[in-house]
Amino acid sequence: MTDWPILTMITFMPLVGALMIMLIPTDNAVAERNIKNVALFTTVITFIASLYIWVNFDNTTANFQFVERYEWIGSFMTYHMGVDGISMLFVILSTFLMPFCILASWKSVKKDIKSYMIAFLLLETFMIGVFCALDIMLFYIFFEAGLIPMFIIIGIWGGARRVYASFKFFLYTLLGSVLMLLAIMAIYWQTNTTDIVLLLDPSRAESVIPASMQTWLWLAFFASFAVKMPMWPVHTWLPDAHVEAPTAGSVVLAAILLKMGGYGFLRFSIPMFPVASEELAIFVFVLSAIAIIYTSLVALMQEDIKKLIAYSSVAHMGYVTMGIFTMNANGIQGGIYQMLSHGLVSGALFLCVGVVYDRMHTREIAAYGGLVNRMPKYAVVFLIFTMANVGLPGTSGFVGEFLVLLGVFQVNTWIALLATTGVILSAAYALWLYRRVVLGSLDKESLKAIIDLDTREKIIIYPLVVLVIFYGVYPMPVFEATEVSVNTLILNYESAIEAAKETAQASLK
Amino acid sequence: MYHLIVFLPLIGFLIAGLFAKSIGSKGCEYITTGLMIISAILSWVAFISVGYSDVEPFTVPVLQWISSGDLNVSWALRIDTLTVVMLVVVNTVSSLVHMYSMGYMHHDPHRPRFFAYLSLFTFAMLMLVTSDNLLQMFFGWEGVGLASYLLIGFWFKKPSANAAAMKAFVVNRVGDFGFALGIFGVFYMFNTIEFSTIFQNVENVATAEGTVMSFLGYELGAADALTITCLLLFMGAMGKSAQFLLHTWLPDAMEGPTPVSALIHAATMVTAGVFLVARMSPLFEYSTTALTFVTFIGATTAFFAATIGLVQNDIKRVIAYSTCSQLGYMFVALGVGAYGAAIFHLFTHAFFKALLFLGAGSVIHAVSDEQDMRKMGGLRKHIPKTYWMMMIGTVALTGLGIPGTIIGTAGFFSKDAIIESAFVGQNAYAMYAFILLVIAALFTSFYSWRLIFMTFHGKPRASVDVMSHVHESPNVMLIPLYILAAGALFAGVVFHNAFVGHVTGGDHEFWYNEFWRTALYSSPSNTVLETFHDVPKLVKWSPAIVMAIGFVLAWWMYIKSPSLPKELAKQHPGLYAFLLNKWYFDELYDFIFVRPAKWIGHFLWKKGDGWLIDGFGPDGISARVLGITGKVVKLQSGYLYHYAFAMMIGIAALITWSMFGGAG
Repeated sequence: MTDWPILTMITFMPLVGALMIMLIPTDNAVAERNIKNVALFTTVITFIASLYIWVNFDNTTANFQFVERYEWIGSFMTYHMGVDGISMLFVILSTFLMPFCILASWKSVKKDIKSYMIAFLLLETFMIGVFCALDIMLFYIFFEAGLIPMFIIIGIWGGARRVYASFKFFLYTLLGSVLMLLAIMAIYWQTNTTDIVLLLDPSRAESVIPASMQTWLWLAFFASFAVKMPMWPVHTWLPDAHVEAPTAGSVVLAAILLKMGGYGFLRFSIPMFPVASEELAIFVFVLSAIAIIYTSLVALMQEDIKKLIAYSSVAHMGYVTMGIFTMNANGIQGGIYQMLSHGLVSGALFLCVGVVYDRMHTREIAAYGGLVNRMPKYAVVFLIFTMANVGLPGTSGFVGEFLVLLGVFQVNTWIALLATTGVILSAAYALWLYRRVVLGSLDKESLKAIIDLDTREKIIIYPLVVLVIFYGVYPMPVFEATEVSVNTLILNYESAIEAAKETAQASLK
Repeated sequence: MYHLIVFLPLIGFLIAGLFAKSIGSKGCEYITTGLMIISAILSWVAFISVGYSDVEPFTVPVLQWISSGDLNVSWALRIDTLTVVMLVVVNTVSSLVHMYSMGYMHHDPHRPRFFAYLSLFTFAMLMLVTSDNLLQMFFGWEGVGLASYLLIGFWFKKPSANAAAMKAFVVNRVGDFGFALGIFGVFYMFNTIEFSTIFQNVENVATAEGTVMSFLGYELGAADALTITCLLLFMGAMGKSAQFLLHTWLPDAMEGPTPVSALIHAATMVTAGVFLVARMSPLFEYSTTALTFVTFIGATTAFFAATIGLVQNDIKRVIAYSTCSQLGYMFVALGVGAYGAAIFHLFTHAFFKALLFLGAGSVIHAVSDEQDMRKMGGLRKHIPKTYWMMMIGTVALTGLGIPGTIIGTAGFFSKDAIIESAFVGQNAYAMYAFILLVIAALFTSFYSWRLIFMTFHGKPRASVDVMSHVHESPNVMLIPLYILAAGALFAGVVFHNAFVGHVTGGDHEFWYNEFWRTALYSSPSNTVLETFHDVPKLVKWSPAIVMAIGFVLAWWMYIKSPSLPKELAKQHPGLYAFLLNKWYFDELYDFIFVRPAKWIGHFLWKKGDGWLIDGFGPDGISARVLGITGKVVKLQSGYLYHYAFAMMIGIAALITWSMFGGAG
């Protein structure tokens, strides 16, 4: 261990990179290359630095590690950072994917590359901040601020209907954030602190929120997290946002921004409002099961590749929410695993779509067909990610899905039965997509000259292939990191429920 | 050694898959085939050393896989007699198919890919049969599904092949849906999914009092919970083994290259369902209901697939339906508790069915890729070696032999054992199964001989051009046929004592003979394997009699008076169309599943998302907002600004309030 403020460094390193880019004038090609190089260099260094956390992470404790704490705004708000087994891997996921996003934008972004890279680096700072923040206000600031660069990315570098998409995104998130802010105020008012460590401390009597309040606070947080996940029926912003976003924007959106909702449930909803979580779990189950079946069926009929993958993301997030609210180790670890795996797989799928979009400038499924004839390498990697998306054992997609369903089965067999139909439906839509885009003979004139993956694309995609298979065969590093934190979460949850029941009985007497 | 057996094919796959460019097509062929042959030889060594000794089942650990809560799963190889039997079947057929493919795929530009897929398939299948827990089995299960998908769609330019590949995967997924739920059920009851622990605890769980599982709102006792779990697992078996209702993918799978059909869709992958039930025999033995259902489905499939086989004209489809039907036989054997007989039939069937498929491939190869038997005929003199190999396959499939003696082909021993077991079986559908199996045996004999007569006898119906090109296959294709033919002839007589023999007056504790020991389990009340040896003479002779009738009928209709079949078809057009169209299952499923799914998907998308959620949500709100402001153009920057502003105001308010108000 060292006394360096490692989390602060990682969080704000991209910001430093962004400042450096601001200083580079944009008048010639050299400057443009410098901008890209600085962005890439910054994200790579940030990733390497973040690995330091994983290497030095202590798997045997559920306490927050690498903690930094400074008084900030009076006695009210602190600058408090730290990670535990639940958040640590999301930090790594964020830093890991950013260099790929920068590389993916290397050639495809033509307009105002400077602002684009600045937006991405800012986004990275905010995302890492979300997962490291240990003060609920700090969390809120990162959480909401992160959306601003995302709006800009979609709104400026997006496709034809980018204004509509970012507007829709905005409307949905606005509702959620207002409610969450109110809930945060209420928590502060009730417990006299915004410090997450204190709020999560089961031995601090003030931190126990009365059952009567829990439901309302839970719902307020839920409004925000459900939109971010996104859960049915507040998911309709996602397909539009994905379709309009540039490739790298889609990758970040699917891989990391969607995970903030799941992280929020684990960090706030369950430990702070256990009674409400228990009561409303069935509500989450039903919404998740609907999401899986409904969006899988909708995905089946999509005509746009990105939209199809976006709908499949909603279905996969259904497994996550479902798993989290099983409140057992299988379900929660499965949910976390599903989030991490989905980060890799959906990110990779969007990168794959980006590869052909850069060549053909269309996302219409009907415009493709028979790509395997000219792009055999592409066909292989796309197949591997498709299979991971379908949840084939041996890929990372399987592990999370299986554990979630296993966990759900122990709690509610109806929901497990309904959710398991997802394995049939996902195979149908994913393979149908693959068949229409990649297989068949190459008849379309426009595709006759299409070329296979180039070196830059291989550098982006091959590492993801390796990881998707590695984490399908040997997922233990993730379980080792999350195990203790998840068990503690469950333990605290169960004792809180126990305590609440005793209180309720006592009051009856 | 066991590591080598399982991982050599994986190495072959990786080499052929990754380094095809540098080692060339020939290199890929030799490396994958060579590794497979080593693996096959080692499998026979394992077979002798485990099957014919008294070693206890043991586990070879490989790597930890998943650990979460109570679930702890490792990659590991469980070695017992059942495993080594499967190792022999899989690796022998696989290595022969590899070898055969060197000739069969000679002209194909994508040979490295083909051999890579074959080796990948073999690896997945080996993971399946050596698994020591349900999850690794599921890995192999889906892995062979993937390989099957890839190989059916190997000729990716053919739309029909792509459609068949996808259909195979999706229909199998329906079965896997049940399998997965079955695994959850097992975990729920046993708190583990590792075989040896499950088997040790099954008696405790089965005799537990009170509610064991609440399933879909029903509170189930131990017996019902076990039944449900077994039925769910069996649903997986039905998908993979193409049983009645989930069979539709198998005939279409014939779109793949013929060696694939021989390896995957006849000898190995489709028998995975049989293997699953046999492996879980300690569980199934506790549920009469589940076993009865297995019997019912098996018998129905055996009969139903045989009826369709009667009228098909595609040489491969006839054999495919035959496979489907023979798998039904195996499930009947499992259902009546004759696990040894089921695996015995699996073992012999692998030889003669692979032989028939590879023989059919040799025929197709000879007549310039024609598969329609109506365009064949009279090939006997042109390709005599193939002809005789097909003859051996046919007599083995039809089960030629003299009842009461040990003179007979492989099919004679295993199939008759199943029919006799069904006769003495104790569950409610055993007699139903017996009758259907005997009828199916008649059909089997008929369609098998019909195939031989239409293909090899009579006058040539192919064009003169095709006939002039007819040629015998090269040795690299014929040698695998010879080896399989030897198996088809002698596997029965050599191994029947080991597989279905029993110790007379044996101890019920160790019901099974020295060969199976604890690999298969029968409850003390299950006496099928003992009693089936002593059935009435008529029962013993019934398969032989119907086989002879089938032969005579086929001879009469296709040699003596070849116009008869057409007349019959004309007299019964409804029945003929019903059979030719495979009982209309494809049309039915399209009507009740595929089209509604698409329609609902479209409806939910346009009406659910578009009209309801968006219409009353964001679009509705924005329409109102726009109506007031009318400033469409400024949306983009404006809303972003609003948003940031709202957030800042909020934070400022909170801070102000906290500093001067509540927090003070």
